Amino acid sequence: MLENAWIIPAITFASFWLILFLGKRLPKHGAEIGIAAVGAAFVLSCVAVAQWIDRPATEMVTAATGAGEEHGGAGEEHGAEPEEHGGAGEEHGAKPEQEAGHALGQVRILAAEADGEHGEEAEHEVEPIRAAVERNVTWFSIGGIDVTVGTAVDGLTVVMLFTVTMISLLVHVFSTNYMHGDVRFTYFFAALSLFTTGMLLLVVSSSTLQALFGWELMAVCSFMLIGHWWEKKENSNAAMKAFLTTRTGDVGLLVGIVTLFFAAGQTFDIARINEAALSRGVPQTALVVGAAALLIGVIGKSAQFPLHTWLPDAMAGPTPVSALIHAATMVVAGVYLVARLYGVFWSAFDIGAGGANPVAIVGGITILIAAALAFVQRDIKKVLAYSTVSQLGYMVMALGVGAWTAGIFHLFTHAFFKGLLFLGAGSVSHAVHSFDMKADMGGLRKYMPTTFATFLIGSLALAGLPPLAGFWSKDEILLGAAENGYRFFEVLGLVGAFMTAAYMTRCVYLTFFGEYRGHGHPHESPPAITVPLAVLAVFSVGAGFLNAPGFELFGTLTENRVYLRAGVPHHPFEVFPAVVSTVVVLAALALGYLLFFQRRLPRGVTSRNPAARAGYGLLVNKYYLDHLYTGVIVGSVKGAIARGAYWINQKVIDGVVNGIGIASKRAGGWVYRHVDQEVVDGAVNGAGFGAEGFGGILRTIQTGRVQQYGALLFGATAVLALGLVIFV
Amino acid sequence: MLVNQFLLLGAVLFCVGVYGVLARRNGVLVLMSIELILNAVNINLLALGSLQGPQAAVVGQVFALFVITIAAAEVGVGLAIVLLIYRNRHSVDLDEVDLMKG
Amino acid sequence: MDALDDLALTAAVFLPLVGAVVMLLTPRRQETVHKVIALLTTLATFAVGVYVLVRFDYRRADLLQFNVNASWIDVINSRYILGVDGISLPLLILSMFVCVLVVIYSWNHFPEPHNPKAFLLLVLVLETGMNGTFVAQDLILFFVFFEVVLLPMYFMIGVWGGEQRQYAAIKFFLFTLFGSALMILSFLALFFRGGQTFAIQELIAVASDTIPRSTQLLIFGGLFMGFAIKVPMFPFHTWLPDAHTQAPTQGSVILAAILLKLGTYGFVRIAIPILPEAARVWAPWIGGLAVIGIIYGALGCLAQSDMKRLIAFSSVAHMGYVMLGIATLTDFGINAAVFGMVAHGLITGMLFFVAGSVKDRFHTLELSRLGGLLIQAPRMGWILGFCAMASLGLPGLAGFWGEFPAILAAYNPAPGLSRELFRVYMVVAAIGTVFAAGYLLWMLQRAAFGTPTKEFAGHPIPDMRWPEYLAWTPMLLLIVVLGIFPNLLFGLTNRAVDTALAAFGGGG
Repeated sequence: MLENAWIIPAITFASFWLILFLGKRLPKHGAEIGIAAVGAAFVLSCVAVAQWIDRPATEMVTAATGAGEEHGGAGEEHGAEPEEHGGAGEEHGAKPEQEAGHALGQVRILAAEADGEHGEEAEHEVEPIRAAVERNVTWFSIGGIDVTVGTAVDGLTVVMLFTVTMISLLVHVFSTNYMHGDVRFTYFFAALSLFTTGMLLLVVSSSTLQALFGWELMAVCSFMLIGHWWEKKENSNAAMKAFLTTRTGDVGLLVGIVTLFFAAGQTFDIARINEAALSRGVPQTALVVGAAALLIGVIGKSAQFPLHTWLPDAMAGPTPVSALIHAATMVVAGVYLVARLYGVFWSAFDIGAGGANPVAIVGGITILIAAALAFVQRDIKKVLAYSTVSQLGYMVMALGVGAWTAGIFHLFTHAFFKGLLFLGAGSVSHAVHSFDMKADMGGLRKYMPTTFATFLIGSLALAGLPPLAGFWSKDEILLGAAENGYRFFEVLGLVGAFMTAAYMTRCVYLTFFGEYRGHGHPHESPPAITVPLAVLAVFSVGAGFLNAPGFELFGTLTENRVYLRAGVPHHPFEVFPAVVSTVVVLAALALGYLLFFQRRLPRGVTSRNPAARAGYGLLVNKYYLDHLYTGVIVGSVKGAIARGAYWINQKVIDGVVNGIGIASKRAGGWVYRHVDQEVVDGAVNGAGFGAEGFGGILRTIQTGRVQQYGALLFGATAVLALGLVIFV
Repeated sequence: MLVNQFLLLGAVLFCVGVYGVLARRNGVLVLMSIELILNAVNINLLALGSLQGPQAAVVGQVFALFVITIAAAEVGVGLAIVLLIYRNRHSVDLDEVDLMKG
Repeated sequence: MDALDDLALTAAVFLPLVGAVVMLLTPRRQETVHKVIALLTTLATFAVGVYVLVRFDYRRADLLQFNVNASWIDVINSRYILGVDGISLPLLILSMFVCVLVVIYSWNHFPEPHNPKAFLLLVLVLETGMNGTFVAQDLILFFVFFEVVLLPMYFMIGVWGGEQRQYAAIKFFLFTLFGSALMILSFLALFFRGGQTFAIQELIAVASDTIPRSTQLLIFGGLFMGFAIKVPMFPFHTWLPDAHTQAPTQGSVILAAILLKLGTYGFVRIAIPILPEAARVWAPWIGGLAVIGIIYGALGCLAQSDMKRLIAFSSVAHMGYVMLGIATLTDFGINAAVFGMVAHGLITGMLFFVAGSVKDRFHTLELSRLGGLLIQAPRMGWILGFCAMASLGLPGLAGFWGEFPAILAAYNPAPGLSRELFRVYMVVAAIGTVFAAGYLLWMLQRAAFGTPTKEFAGHPIPDMRWPEYLAWTPMLLLIVVLGIFPNLLFGLTNRAVDTALAAFGGGG
């Protein structure tokens, strides 16, 4: 399966066409095809995971700086074959993995720095890793450059394959009931299949160009799915907003891909780009420009500040779609891209040096601003949406602070509990036919026990309460930030964790506690909905242990070349930071309990305190970013600027054209009247008139009498004869 | 042989003819006068031809024969026209025939 | 087979004319006969195209093949030279292909004042002109075919057009004629300065050596005007929206799909290979106008309220990418340009087809009056959506391969061109993709989403009919196929482009 990973997206792609053309004629209207296809993809993904675990660790990789360059051969070849250059590390006195504690990471950095000068001091530990499986075929070639298409499978890939197919499968199952009776049921499943295809394609792709295909495919599917109920203008507006915002980011992505293509020596191949970036064979300017441009793409796709505004609006789509977008596809694509091209970011922003860098800053800001917005939402899905934005901020920040494994581990765990929360929200709305927590919910724990239980697990996992999944991954991020010299971002993360726990308390309270405020009779959802919830709840509890101290399966599995070549530091679990973050979370939960459950809300703060009121206004208006984008930027481009340009077109350019036309017509008219009619035609007419006048005179001679003619003839002849006689 | 007498005869005939053409009103007489003019020319051709020697005399005679032939044709056509004018107008007075007046 | 090979291109060019003559001899009343004749003629021509495709030697796509070289006008040493290489072949096939589909689509879509005989006759004459332009290898021959195209299109717009057809037709005609005048001047200059020949291949060999540099610049300027107007490039584009808006659907399709390509083809076939030095000097200006065109065309689109006019403006933007690719003078750029030409032909052609069918049903293309097409005619609505996605350059569909490599090429233009300048162009062009998404989705939202307006709510709107299925399916398929397997086209053009760029040392 590792060699033939392309089959996985191919299955779902085929499913898309099958559903599109056959779906309506089938008894379940295409849902069965979708589930079967995604199920098959899931099974194959599991096979891939198993094969990956079975794969012998054969590849020796040394850190890029210093040793890596001297023994470039070791670093540059990558393939399934065992590396022959293991000796490269031994010369530098490398010893097997023994170092304990975080010193290991530091040593590695030190070693890398010292290497160039004092090879003998080098402390490389060369541990074999599982080699990535690459398979490429030529796609097309231009001017001697073969552009390839293919699959590159490593630990990160198989983890993503597993996550994506699993979430997608559960969403498919969930949708059979949730979307039952929808006008475009079949079409919905087709789009889901295509959406999954897009993400899978991105995950397995071996080149940036191919990744762009998956990336954009998801953009289109999100457009179709967010705007699923396009009869209403708000929905199609939201769809357009999502597409256009991500597309704005894609400008960066395009520029980034192009820049890296040339920077890395005319290749789209991700492995080669990473290698080029890490071996410092690339001009730093090009690298920074490329990384910054890619970051813009990531900001757009992964809904980072300041382009996060599309994600909450994307809630206009059906809830399963939200779950899919937020948990496993689309928005995590940006994070995945950073993780994939980590060599580029690592070298460009010098992530290993600590301090601050654009990736971490973007992520850090996003954590806080999104978490703050989550407090003022009435719509349960919007709370979750902002929470996703905030959690994506964690992932991006994690990658920015050099906590690579933590970042993708958070991506992994987040997929489960966020998927769970969204599907839970869907289950709730299925019962009360609304998303408004304040008006239509409350007290639902009595009516929907399963949904309540699972939702609670999801919330606590999200909040980061040990030992649920979120705790482990979040803790690793904070640890990484602290150890790599990003103290400030650790604090940001802790504040974010506090806020997360607090707003989730509010959300759970408003939905499940208190008195039921809605109408009708809520009821527990059928198994098609509750089973996926239960499955996800199990993972939300258990997924964190995959990378628990002493076990660290996840970390070992996902270790790849880039990670090692870059010399990304690795930090084992530490108790103190974990305790700190647990305390923070508990404090937040307690505060939330006091505020919301015990009704100890300081009532009317917003009306009494101007600062609080201003803050509240700022949050309700989403920092006025939407006003800026929709009102000012889009409004002016579509309105004034476009009209202006069109005005220029019609009046100036076309004016010139028409002016030339009119002027030439006028000039022609003048020429016609004055030159043609008077001079040229004058001469012609003059000739005519002259001839006429002369003829008038002559006609008097023409009497019609033959004899007069004869007389004239004779007379004239006589005169001529006379002249002849006289003069000649 | 004196050529002068022949030339004189031709001149007289020509003048009679011209007078007839210009003065007579009757179309048939005008045609006859044209014949006179043509015959005056014929006499001149024969006379001047024989004056130049035997070869030229033949040439003059040939010319005269041509003219006679053409004259016959011309008279034929002319008479036909006059006849048509008479049929249409019941007169052959040429003063009344001014169809070609410009 | 060789005898057939010699005949192939001549047949490709003149078969439509034969069909036209047969139609002339058929009485006007027998409409079905006319349709059948036109269809058979275009199909036969297409069959010739298929024959050429089969017999084409793909390993030598850089060479002209199926050459014909016969004496034509000895006095001016102009010869009847035909040939195809990897650049002209796709365009030739596209032209044949689109003409078949246009005739099929016309089956029950004759605009007022009806008269299928005259209409189809014009289509056939157009096809002769277009095919001829793509295979002519002699400047005078090229010019003749280039101009042959004008007149039928003039009549098509002027007779079967919309309300302001006279204005549009005359504008189209005069504009292009103006360009042609400068073009023929340049041709003559090439003839007199470049060794008394009109044969393109000979000129490529001698022109850049024998003609003084300043003259080369002037000659290129003349060619530029002639071709840029046809493309059309900003700021010579204003004939296009009017012509498109007023033209009948079929006219718009042919105009968008093929006529616009004559200009860009001229650059690739004539201007750049013959005068590479001048091209290098002119390239920054061309690139500048191209990116202005990209943004400007997009802004123009956003200001439109008429669907057809919007699509027409989008052509300005798309041809901007093509011209940007050409202006980079690199193999990536020009391959992208040729791909862009084909892709734009298919996609924008499709958009015009759909717009025509919408107009057929609603009798308006005012976006404010439309809405809910997906409810009333779902298939058509989805096809509109598909085309919009293709047009905005979605990866996986043909449009992407016209845009992305052009942007890529602009990062690293040919040696001698300012990298900084072209990188600015690259960013602007990339921003243009956002605008493209903006206006196309906006159009889609207005036309297809939402619910039908009151005006049309009660009307039964028929969905697609058989001529539409027949005419559209091949185009849609090609858009997908070319999008996924770009090598179908790149493999063809790559070598030929390298030859065209020989003077630049292979580009970069």
